[in-house]
Amino acid sequence: MTKTMTQLDVLEAQSVYILREAYRSFKQLVMLWSIGKDSTVLLWLARKAFFGHVPVPLMHIDTGFKIPEMIQYRDTFALKWKLNLIVGQDVEALEHKHTFPDGNLSRLVCCKRLKSETLKHTLSGEWPRWALNHKTGAYERQDGGEPFTGVIVGARADEEGSRSKERYFSPRDTHSEWDIAEQPPELWNQFNTDFAPGTHVRIHPLLDWTELNIWEYIERENIPIIDLYFDKGDGKRYRSLGCAPCTGPVDSTAQNVREVIEELRSGKFSNIAERSGRQQDAEDGGGLETLRREGYM
Amino acid sequence: MSTVLESQMIKNGTQGAQKMNIVIIGHVDHGKSTLIGRLLADTQSLPKGKLEAVKAQCAYHARPFEYAFLLDALKDEQSQGITIDSARCFFKSKKREYILIDAPGHIEFLKNMISGAARAEAAVLVIDAHEGVQENSRRHGYLLGMLGIRQAIVCVNKMDLAGYDRRVFERIRSEFSAFLTQTGIAPRHFIPISARDGFNVAAAGDAMPWYDGPTVLEALDGFEKEPPRVGQPLRLPIQDIYKFTEQGDNRRIFAGRIETGTLRVGDAVVFYPSGKRSTIASIEAFNAPPVHEATAGEAVGVTLREQVYVRPGELLVRTDESPPATARQLRVNLFWMGREPMIFNKRYLLKLGTARAPVWLRQIRTVLDASELTTERNRRHIQRHDVAECVLETLKPIAFDPTAEIAQTGRFVLIDNYHIAGGGVVLQAESNAADRLSEHVQQREKSWRRSRITPLMRSYRTGQRSTLVVIAGPPQTGKAALAQALEEKLFAAGRQVYYLGLDNSLLGMDEDISRNYLRDEYLRRLGEVAHVFTDAGMILITTVSDLDSYELQVLRTLNHPGENLIIGVGAHGLAAADVDLKLNVPLNPSEAAGQVANLLTERHYLPEYYL
Repeated sequence: MTKTMTQLDVLEAQSVYILREAYRSFKQLVMLWSIGKDSTVLLWLARKAFFGHVPVPLMHIDTGFKIPEMIQYRDTFALKWKLNLIVGQDVEALEHKHTFPDGNLSRLVCCKRLKSETLKHTLSGEWPRWALNHKTGAYERQDGGEPFTGVIVGARADEEGSRSKERYFSPRDTHSEWDIAEQPPELWNQFNTDFAPGTHVRIHPLLDWTELNIWEYIERENIPIIDLYFDKGDGKRYRSLGCAPCTGPVDSTAQNVREVIEELRSGKFSNIAERSGRQQDAEDGGGLETLRREGYM
Repeated sequence: MSTVLESQMIKNGTQGAQKMNIVIIGHVDHGKSTLIGRLLADTQSLPKGKLEAVKAQCAYHARPFEYAFLLDALKDEQSQGITIDSARCFFKSKKREYILIDAPGHIEFLKNMISGAARAEAAVLVIDAHEGVQENSRRHGYLLGMLGIRQAIVCVNKMDLAGYDRRVFERIRSEFSAFLTQTGIAPRHFIPISARDGFNVAAAGDAMPWYDGPTVLEALDGFEKEPPRVGQPLRLPIQDIYKFTEQGDNRRIFAGRIETGTLRVGDAVVFYPSGKRSTIASIEAFNAPPVHEATAGEAVGVTLREQVYVRPGELLVRTDESPPATARQLRVNLFWMGREPMIFNKRYLLKLGTARAPVWLRQIRTVLDASELTTERNRRHIQRHDVAECVLETLKPIAFDPTAEIAQTGRFVLIDNYHIAGGGVVLQAESNAADRLSEHVQQREKSWRRSRITPLMRSYRTGQRSTLVVIAGPPQTGKAALAQALEEKLFAAGRQVYYLGLDNSLLGMDEDISRNYLRDEYLRRLGEVAHVFTDAGMILITTVSDLDSYELQVLRTLNHPGENLIIGVGAHGLAAADVDLKLNVPLNPSEAAGQVANLLTERHYLPEYYL
């Protein structure tokens, strides 16, 4: 008697395989956690891969403008799941109000500075990292951290054009830049797990998942996802999470995972791009290409 | 696609249905992107407004609209007008969901085409009716066969430019069929299409009434999902071994993905190449009900009844099924994508299954021009885009299956300068070629210039016979303390002795072996240095953590004709016959040094009396 693997089983097995390959290959490995549904599914897949444990540190880039519920959710589950959580932030930009919400930068430049640049310098260890102390529940500043050489990211190929060209293991050069034309080949589940000094590798275990797959998996596994994704009575919910000033909710009455899935399958969102609520995409001329080459996730 | 059917499929749920990966390949400009754009548009698979937006953009730039623009998500790609990387797009038919992989046709981007095609279960080859079969049409066809893709259709595109002429179509069909037959691919259908005008893509249209075969969409739906490979023997390459003791978890879990076959709790299993045996105690999982059986495709973790020490990269199989092959020399078919050619006497890294090992090119049998299927002999290197049948050699035996028997454990990639530079399939174990290290040592001995001072003269002067003393055993068992004590003891007795106290951690030896490949290089240097010391008449003492029999053989070979004395400390893991003296832990360094000194005396390295 043979059981048939469902599509979710196949996706899960592939993601688990990639996570284990990353863990085996990179001593300085980190997983980015944006608190959103994709990277939370990724976190869950890590628990699958490592039998309930998360032996990889998680990094959250906190711009300081995140929707407040996101930070609450992050801290609750970091403590509950015993996560080794590191937070990165551009304290200087926030101090000098060099931001879009303060009226001093365009959306795109703000995004580049508070997210891309912060991520780059926090990954490299040049900027301080704030690590969660599980005894006190407080974040403690750490300086002089070692650079991370393997960075696990929850990007999906169906999100927009440039992401569909990523490999599962995509090398980035010494400037964190992505040379799309010169990517090494990747075949038969053999990945580029080696890297030259000064470079790092981005790892994409969710590359083959679609937005619908993510929600179906959340439902199947009963993953506690942040409730910003659900309508709480005002006919609005978030479809994609980001900074409060640049991320708008969409009109929807989906109140739970099942209703979100129905909406994606056959309802109003079955043909509308997921990131339609994100303002910085529009400023970039329709693609995330510029941001992404420079290190955006 | 009809919305009624679509919603029906959706009610049934997509969780049970499987996606199918299809790669679209062909020579540059033969219209792959246009075909995909057409498929997406004609099946209403595009996001709302996308078609209109691209059309508007074209109008704004005063360019005629092309369906290919829908895919060219990247800006520089639009300006060059060619696909540089394999882009993926998602699309649904009545039957199932597809991931369409748009593989670039330009020769410069062959490695991208390979990456795209290696993920596919079936292929669509596109040929321009006007230009006919081109170099890359053939090369791609050949590579598909090598990648293991057996299901394919051929679209003869741009029939509009050929006046929808049946004779043009038939000519291309007979030419390309003849070529593909040699590569092992038998296309299901040849379909005459016009991607630009949409004929025979999602609907037949009326341009080619002489054609009565399926449309592209119908042909895609006709591809079959490869059944799970449960009928073959179990192959579970071990990816890693976990023990999360710090988290209070004492399970020792062997993790990996089952490539073929079935695994059950209670199965007697054996690891290759080590040959270690045990029994499956449990199949572990997080947030899932316990299971007693796992099959091909599943990423699993198992615990064992009898604990064995194996490293990641071994192949776990059942004792009641056919074993894999193990060999140090593999005859392979490989294609090379590296910028630098593949050459002899250079160390590459091999990844096969979960095994990772240093590898050398030993012999080039033939180099094939994949576009013409002509072969060349007597080549001294393998160039970019060459396909070669050659022999590779590793330091230690590697477990694999010939590709004809089990494809999943018969394929590999090669790393050069940090990146995957080649890929291929193993044809068989090669047994009669000369061993690389022995050949090197022979060469070395031949070219080593010596004075008239013989080993005997040295022995007479120093009052000792030279040897390499290797202290082997697990890390942190006091090997270094013993080595130091032994050096001091012999030195005090007036012997010519040296302790080579190279810190193993300097060379990554203390790290998990799987995280680096430096160990073989360290051992090679150690072997060469040992040879100099023993040739000079010295007693050289060194320590190596977790030395295995193959590594010991490397040291012995390189130290030849120098002699060796092997001290096994604690659970040293070597075969009993390899070890000259076994010492138990905890060690008392000076006592143990006394035991080793006595053995040196017994074996006449340090004779008490000499004439």
